Amino acid sequence: MSRIQIQQGKLIDAAGHNGEIADLFIAGGEIVGIGQAPDGFTADRRIDASGCLVLPGLVDLSVHLREPGADHKASIDSESRAAAAGGITRVLASPATDPVSDTPAVIELVTRRARQAQCTRVMPAGALTRDLAGELLTEVSALKAAGCVALSDGGRPVRNTLVLRRALDYAATCGLPVILSAFDPDLMAGSRMHEGWVSARLGIPGSPVSAETTALARGLALAEESGAHVHFARLSSARGAEMLGRARRDGLSVSADVAMHQLFLTEMDVSGFNSQCRVVPPLRSHADREALRQAVADGTIQAICSDHQPHEADAKAVPFVAAAPGISGIDTLLPLGLRLVEEGLLSLPEMVARLCSGPAEILGLPCGRLDLGRPADLCIVDPETPWWLDRETLRSHGENTPFLGWEFSGRACYTLLGGRLIHAAEPPHPERS
Amino acid sequence: MMSQLNADGSLRHFLTTEGLPRPLLERILDTAESFSGVIGKSVKKVPLLRGRTIINLFFESSTRTRTTFELAAKRLSADVLNINVATSATSKGESLLDMLHNLEAMQSDMFVVRHADSGAAHFIASHVAPGVHVINAGDGSHAHPTQAMLDMYTIRRHKGELEPLRVAIVGDILHSRVARSQIHALNGLGAGEVRVIAPRTLLPKDVENLGVHVHHDIRSGLRDVDVVITLRLQKERMHGALLPSEQEYYRLYGISREHLALAKPDAIVMHPGPINRGVEIESAVADGPQSVILNQVTNGIAVRMAVMSMCLEHKVAETET
Repeated sequence: MSRIQIQQGKLIDAAGHNGEIADLFIAGGEIVGIGQAPDGFTADRRIDASGCLVLPGLVDLSVHLREPGADHKASIDSESRAAAAGGITRVLASPATDPVSDTPAVIELVTRRARQAQCTRVMPAGALTRDLAGELLTEVSALKAAGCVALSDGGRPVRNTLVLRRALDYAATCGLPVILSAFDPDLMAGSRMHEGWVSARLGIPGSPVSAETTALARGLALAEESGAHVHFARLSSARGAEMLGRARRDGLSVSADVAMHQLFLTEMDVSGFNSQCRVVPPLRSHADREALRQAVADGTIQAICSDHQPHEADAKAVPFVAAAPGISGIDTLLPLGLRLVEEGLLSLPEMVARLCSGPAEILGLPCGRLDLGRPADLCIVDPETPWWLDRETLRSHGENTPFLGWEFSGRACYTLLGGRLIHAAEPPHPERS
Repeated sequence: MMSQLNADGSLRHFLTTEGLPRPLLERILDTAESFSGVIGKSVKKVPLLRGRTIINLFFESSTRTRTTFELAAKRLSADVLNINVATSATSKGESLLDMLHNLEAMQSDMFVVRHADSGAAHFIASHVAPGVHVINAGDGSHAHPTQAMLDMYTIRRHKGELEPLRVAIVGDILHSRVARSQIHALNGLGAGEVRVIAPRTLLPKDVENLGVHVHHDIRSGLRDVDVVITLRLQKERMHGALLPSEQEYYRLYGISREHLALAKPDAIVMHPGPINRGVEIESAVADGPQSVILNQVTNGIAVRMAVMSMCLEHKVAETET
């Protein structure tokens, strides 16, 4: 494995590095020197990072790679490349594949394909129940042995509360965290957006905030008894964030993430029947968005995910209510994160906490910090060059994003996974007139 | 958002009554007034849209709305094609775009669209060629603007200007595209007060923001109103746990003679049809002196002629020069 010297970058993480300029030395896949080369270090490769930020690689807790089962939408190859280009070094792949990721065979298929792509590390989440049907337990210890770092309901909440309770107990026995979607399937049934005055105007069935809070209340009550670490995926409401904050203050072993688009869009973005803005859970009110931002800023919510759901064009080329839900978000996770910094909501170390170390800690991974002996999962960001998200610059196979046409500053110019270069940008994006 | 107006403020499409300027709403009513003379004549045709092709594209079955659109187009001398598309839940999206591209190849000038999905008419309007016009004949629970305008026309004919009037809409507002379009039209035309009367289960959340006063008790809701509009109650509402029974609904919200007596003595009663006698309205009221339900149907033709001719106005001007 090659020895790399990253020169003169501004080092940022959530554990002490706040922009000081220093060289980073990498050998054997790990960070072996900061500022000062270890004895006898000779670099095989030098990367000039002057003017750039050097961050830990991003860890994305919610990604649909669409393989196996829906490779007309995207593939492990296409999406792990897009992730690498977006500075993301590890993704947790949803178990909602076809077949469902509920056996070691499917887990091995996914990890093998990902290894062939040689880009971002794909960590499949195991299905919490067989076929995600909410009835029978999966062979958790076998899934763990096959490489699962977490179990997930894959966006299909377990309806039967007794089954959920036992699934949490069993997961705790095997020592895996459980990722639950925080919505009640009955209160969500048939809905296409947030229930509020925009849905009243458009005549579109809405899902109330109580769809989230009732599910969250159930999950919190079970988490308290089970001893499992329960992570709630993609919170969408002010009330939900408030409940989570209270539970954490009470000492429960729970955590949560929010999808990046929830911090920028609201129900208003649906008002023109924009099918690119149909997501589950739905975009809620302005007040909800502000509360979610606040919860991200104060650490009530530990992670921001892309909730990456690439689709083929046809899935969205239909009236709003018939459109498949989801946003292709892997390209915009880092750029929108940098925008949160630009807008003054987060400092750079706080952004790293929500995008790198926070999600890494939830999964019990050693990455996410720039310390000696840590894996050299890195993202080198040129923070100044402006660029536009369009079909040319978009790397994901899914072009379904409401952020097309947005101007960003800052993108990953190099991404390293375990000391190996998995992305190197071409010369800076050409300026536009 | 897809704009239904041309740059000069004239109608390009007619998708919703929401946000339309008052002069335009009034012009629709005035134009309909001028066409109502035509309908009364023995030769019921004007050559305004001769040579134009109008396609009734109905993804949801409807006899009344389709026939009045068809009659309206024929009275304007347009060629009319009716297409009823049976849709399944899975294939409707694809068939919609495919069908559009096919029909566009037939050089049609206008699509009259009915679809079970809210937003379908906007979707079609945003995908048609520049010279093609779209009229929304009902999309999901979102809008049914021609129905609302024929209701405004009916109110104006019987009660005069809308400004001093109190109007109450009674029934399943939550699922009603008609109610939404009526509310926007009434507010756009400056109606004095718009009320909605329904149990909480049949009202959208934050419905006040549409510009209405909410009543759950029909006795307070109907007091001193000039116009009572009752909506059709779909039988399937009993299944989704929205209502316990038709009987209880009728007792609480049915327009009976007793309830109607709370309104002004000269109040008119309207219903977009088809009516469920004994569910949302008592027969004696539906057939009584205050009912204008059948006038609504007749007025529907004139109003649809008005909207069609206004959308195709630029083309009409082109032919004349």
